[in-house]
Amino acid sequence: MKVSDVVDSVRSKNAGPFWVTIDIFCGNEEAYCTIADRLKTDKVADAMGQATTALKRFDIAELNVVKFSVHRPVTQGHALDRDQHGAQWSMLIEDLELDT
Amino acid sequence: MSARTRILVPSGVLGLGFDSEALARAVALKPDVICIDGGSTDSGPYSLGTSTSKYSRAVCVREWRQLMQARAQLDVPLIIGSSGTCGSDDMVDWMLEITREIAAETARDDAAQTLKLALLYCEQDRHVLQEKLVQRRIQALEPELPLDHAILESCTHIVALAGAEHIQAALDTGADIIIAGRTTDTAVVSALPLARGCHPGACWHAAKIAECGALCSTHPTSGVIVVDIDDTGFTIYPTADQARCTPHSVSAHMLYENTDPFILYEPGGHLDVRHARHEALDDTRVRVTGSRWVPTSPYTVKLEGARLGGYQTTLLALLRNARYVKNARAWVTRLQDHLHREINASLSLAPNAYLLDFRLIGDNATLGDLETRADIGHEIGVLLIITAESQALADEIGKLVNPFLLHYPLTDDEPLPTFAFPYSPAQTSRGALYEFCLNHILELDEPMDAVRLQQVTL
Repeated sequence: MKVSDVVDSVRSKNAGPFWVTIDIFCGNEEAYCTIADRLKTDKVADAMGQATTALKRFDIAELNVVKFSVHRPVTQGHALDRDQHGAQWSMLIEDLELDT
Repeated sequence: MSARTRILVPSGVLGLGFDSEALARAVALKPDVICIDGGSTDSGPYSLGTSTSKYSRAVCVREWRQLMQARAQLDVPLIIGSSGTCGSDDMVDWMLEITREIAAETARDDAAQTLKLALLYCEQDRHVLQEKLVQRRIQALEPELPLDHAILESCTHIVALAGAEHIQAALDTGADIIIAGRTTDTAVVSALPLARGCHPGACWHAAKIAECGALCSTHPTSGVIVVDIDDTGFTIYPTADQARCTPHSVSAHMLYENTDPFILYEPGGHLDVRHARHEALDDTRVRVTGSRWVPTSPYTVKLEGARLGGYQTTLLALLRNARYVKNARAWVTRLQDHLHREINASLSLAPNAYLLDFRLIGDNATLGDLETRADIGHEIGVLLIITAESQALADEIGKLVNPFLLHYPLTDDEPLPTFAFPYSPAQTSRGALYEFCLNHILELDEPMDAVRLQQVTL
């Protein structure tokens, strides 16, 4: 089962030029608990090509949201940056398989 | 003095547009101040690197005229922060020029009217910052970027993000309009209610929620939001038809573009919303209490700097031939090796003296090596971005690349293919590339040490 099979939506966006923040809007408590329990932090870091030490995780039960903030793989605007606003990285998270 | 302060935020940024009817409704509520943001780093380093606005001047004039008219009707301050996208000194002057033009139109109708302006300039002298670096008064934020005198020297523009104290100093001049250089997103909104003694946690939290306009509501594009701040909390609501603020839409906005959804760092302290409570007062209004402001010292301002990262030329070729589409990655690898040899032979350049960056549109152009999908359609766009130390060199490499990008075969023993170039000439000079090179804070003895305040009367 993939993240996108469970949640309402996934959003990613720059949080300044050096970070990207990923908000997983689970939509309800059941989906939230599934993501909180079965989406592992190291899997998200790996999908973003970053070490887990470059990533912060926030499980926010009141909003049914799981949020990750991670160092940008390249700084915004660098010659090798492919997505200036970081909004398409959410697709990588949508496609992640949940742990059993 | 009443501690309650009503703030009108017409939209998330000047140049993005707002619903004029919603603005009129908000004006009828007699707000104490009109606040709008003029920019951020969101669009990338080019704006700061070149000290120019990303938004159309004509659109900014049209919107600013509406806001100046609303201000005149209410006789309250109008504040813009981060003028002209990047908040450089040039962009403060750009907004001043726009304001002058609009004031001159109005003056024809009403010769007696005068306007008091306060200008806040936030640009930093590289040599002063070099001294501050020696004095260890500049600290790196995470992720830590290297910083030395040469990097500071290489910046075309460096700004400090002004805080509420700077906007308050401008308000203290009795200004009708405040045009600020780079400010934190929240400072323009929090300054007046803080000065009037409203609850500090509520001021900063309200500012964070309101600074993107109606993005915290169910109708983000309507722009207009009103927030009432008092001595225990704040109440926030949109004024467009059918737009609503809900406890979820308001609390979820703390997630937006924030690395930490509970803590927000500002000059002079941080906002802590871990114990904030959100309550629906009715269908459209949300009441928020329980936010905390935690003052810290020394007083610091964040620095932003951009420097030249080279010059670019691009070429785009389209592959429709099924065999080349299927083998596009192998073709690019082979082509790239060949190009490095040709460039070395003709220009005597090693591969580390320039950058050839191929992006396969239809394969992995967006995500690069992080892409996990392997399904490919029937055509591929091959975008080549060349970066070199001068435009002339990037263009020269582009011309050298051109025939190979058009005709290079997958193997040596096959007829030369010809791909599709979508326009002539195939290459496009993109001009200068800029890069962000500061992620640091500067310690100050006094907030005004890094920002210059000027007054102008029109």
